[in-house]
Amino acid sequence: MNKSTIIPGVLVACFALTLGCKPKNTSTAVSGDAASKVYVAPGKYDEFYNFVSGGFSGQLSVYGLPSGRLLRVIPVFSVDPEKGWGYSEETKPMLNTSHGFVPWDDLHHVEMSMTDGVADGKWVFVNGNNTPRLARVDLKTFRTAEVIELPNSAGNHSSPFGTENSEYIVAGTRFSVPSDVANGDVPINSYKENFKGHISFVSIDKQSGAMNIAFQLKTPGVNFDLARAGKGKSNGWFFFSCYNTEQANTLLEVNASQRDKDFIMAVNWKKAEEYIKAGKGEKEKVKYAHNVFDESTQTAVSEIKDEVTVLDVSKFDDIVYFIPCPKSPHGCDVDPTGEYIVGSGKLAALIPVFSFDKLQKAVADKSFEAEKYNGIPVVKYEAALYGEVQKPGLGPLHTEFDANGNAYTSFFVSSEVVKWNIKDLKVLDRVPTYYSVGHLMVPGGNTKKPFGKYLVAYNKITKDRYLPTGPELAQSAQLYDISGDKMQLILDYPTIGEPHYAQAVPADLIKDKQVKIFDINGNKNPYKTAGEAESKVVREGNKVHVYMTSIRSHFAPDNIEGIQVGDEVYFHVTNLEQDWDVPHGFGVKGSNNSELLIMPGETTTLKWVPDRVGITPFYCTDFCSALHQEMQGYIRVSPKGSNVPLSFSVGKKPEETK
Amino acid sequence: MNKSLLTIAGVIATVSILVACGNNQAPSNHTIPSGAADAKETPAAAAADPSEYDPKRGEGKFNDGNLTLGALNAGMAEKGQSIAATKCNSCHKQTDEKLVGPGWKGVTTRRTPVWIMNFITNPDPMINKDPEAQAMLEICLVRMPNQNLSDDEARNLLEYMRQIDGAK
Repeated sequence: MNKSTIIPGVLVACFALTLGCKPKNTSTAVSGDAASKVYVAPGKYDEFYNFVSGGFSGQLSVYGLPSGRLLRVIPVFSVDPEKGWGYSEETKPMLNTSHGFVPWDDLHHVEMSMTDGVADGKWVFVNGNNTPRLARVDLKTFRTAEVIELPNSAGNHSSPFGTENSEYIVAGTRFSVPSDVANGDVPINSYKENFKGHISFVSIDKQSGAMNIAFQLKTPGVNFDLARAGKGKSNGWFFFSCYNTEQANTLLEVNASQRDKDFIMAVNWKKAEEYIKAGKGEKEKVKYAHNVFDESTQTAVSEIKDEVTVLDVSKFDDIVYFIPCPKSPHGCDVDPTGEYIVGSGKLAALIPVFSFDKLQKAVADKSFEAEKYNGIPVVKYEAALYGEVQKPGLGPLHTEFDANGNAYTSFFVSSEVVKWNIKDLKVLDRVPTYYSVGHLMVPGGNTKKPFGKYLVAYNKITKDRYLPTGPELAQSAQLYDISGDKMQLILDYPTIGEPHYAQAVPADLIKDKQVKIFDINGNKNPYKTAGEAESKVVREGNKVHVYMTSIRSHFAPDNIEGIQVGDEVYFHVTNLEQDWDVPHGFGVKGSNNSELLIMPGETTTLKWVPDRVGITPFYCTDFCSALHQEMQGYIRVSPKGSNVPLSFSVGKKPEETK
Repeated sequence: MNKSLLTIAGVIATVSILVACGNNQAPSNHTIPSGAADAKETPAAAAADPSEYDPKRGEGKFNDGNLTLGALNAGMAEKGQSIAATKCNSCHKQTDEKLVGPGWKGVTTRRTPVWIMNFITNPDPMINKDPEAQAMLEICLVRMPNQNLSDDEARNLLEYMRQIDGAK
């Protein structure tokens, strides 16, 4: 008994000391049992996988919760020399677009594939905000499996939110621009006349996950910000937050903040689907890339497609309705029951909560404003409103939910998370964030069945939270325990890039489905080398194909002669290993390219153009065995037109060599 | 005072246990237990009772009851040869010359058939405890990789090894 009182006493003393040294430090918010709540012992697993956007890194990061440990960074829209992503011949097509090869993007939002409104652990969808794209990551391999570009769009921000069975993932353009088929050479200040919004409905094949732009909705020119599908009773509808309903084309900071209310755009997508099926859409000639990674050949193929079906919503009176929403709404979130739609006006001093039932009634009764907006009916604010949360904080951005009827909203300006009750709209609790929270995430907090338990705040400003690292600091995430009445800060940790939205699912949903190796016999890469006896070097004009194998701890061949300056040398390296976690790396001196990292049973290709005469070494970059430092080879590069014959070998002793 | 002594003693005991466990593990670079949460068998636990281990049989799913050899089956040996080309020959020659691992010539006389079958399908646990496998590791310094052989693949390889050794 004495002992149990002594230990907390010591802990309290430690905290007291910490506080004493830094009276202004924000760790005052942390209470004594926080460490035990986030401690995951060595060798033990986290409870949740947490998929977090990498923001301007263009990648998707994977953290464990509650430890906050970084488990993996999955390259998606940006090249990653560490993994050869966008550098190997097999992966280069994944970054192809109608503009050619684009090596970077800005990845904002994350959406798990869903079955019955709950994450099913098959895929994660993510958006490219800059050159508008949508990507699908396969959760068996943690690799990007598919990327599709979006025509008629500019800045795919309102994406990749999905319906409750992932029938569609949407992609709404942040910047309205003239349609791809229109003459875009127009004055910028002709926005109202020439600029249009487009929302893509990308269908997802239930079995394969294959993406296809089923149709696009052409809308008035505004900025689309975020979106959520209805669920349960509101399944069949989609809600998009819109700002810049002023249709400004310059100094939006001021000019897009004029109106008292902007809109949430409610879309009856089942109705739109009917019109498309009835042939009401117009086929437009456009140009966009569709890139698919084939797991059997381990090779991506990029196809440029040229047609999309567009439905102009102003020509139909029962697809789209605008709901007024105060002051530039950002988040637009639907609660687990599907009844409540929470709009977060980022300049508003209140949070409006709309009722799906009231919206349906308003539409049926035509409770519309006298004046349409660009041909679209505007529902009367009061007719759709359930109620308002008064004085919640400053700068509301995003809302997630728990399973007990509570909502959690992030406030950027007042730098806090506020918990409130959906039914009575009363504020229950508030906690500070460090600093300036953007998105927040509750595991399953956007689904029909939230897991609750934790909340992560993704912060835009880090300042003094960690040891300083010059002018540029990592951004941060903060983990809160929300299992009790009061939210409790229990951990903060740095993140890659800028974390926007995230998703978290129980580890059991994913961890047992992991591919550990690729079966060497199932490898259909045309440049596969099925064993050392097949290794060879083949010249075709100035192209040289090296069919190489790797296994602990040598390459075959590891001596190559007869290469000439200016040749295009393709190293097709097959990793013959069939054991988990035994990749081999491959790096070539002076190569204007990355390394390769070849998984067991996989074939990957590095292109190298030798620029000088001499001996070029290559080696395995990933420590593989006790004799890893021996895993190396040499290439003899001769002048162009040299008569040194092409030859290759492994294990040949000098006396055997002619 | 007494309590703090007890605590220290406890910590020392715990550390000793951990160190002891660590010492029993063979050095390993890429061989990882399948995860602490669901590890079926840790090397340390198995090594605690060496009397369980049969060096003639090795450890794995094969025993004299489920492995029977007859006259050489040339068809199976041919399949084995093809599997070896992809999965084995980078490190093993079919002569008695050591490459990365030992040459195969004579292996079917040095080891029992069940030992071979268990070793090629279950290498990591056996490298951790089999005296002969550990002796080979000291010579080769590279742990034989688990090449994820199916039972059929392993059986065909054994037939190929018998053919190399002149079985009829």
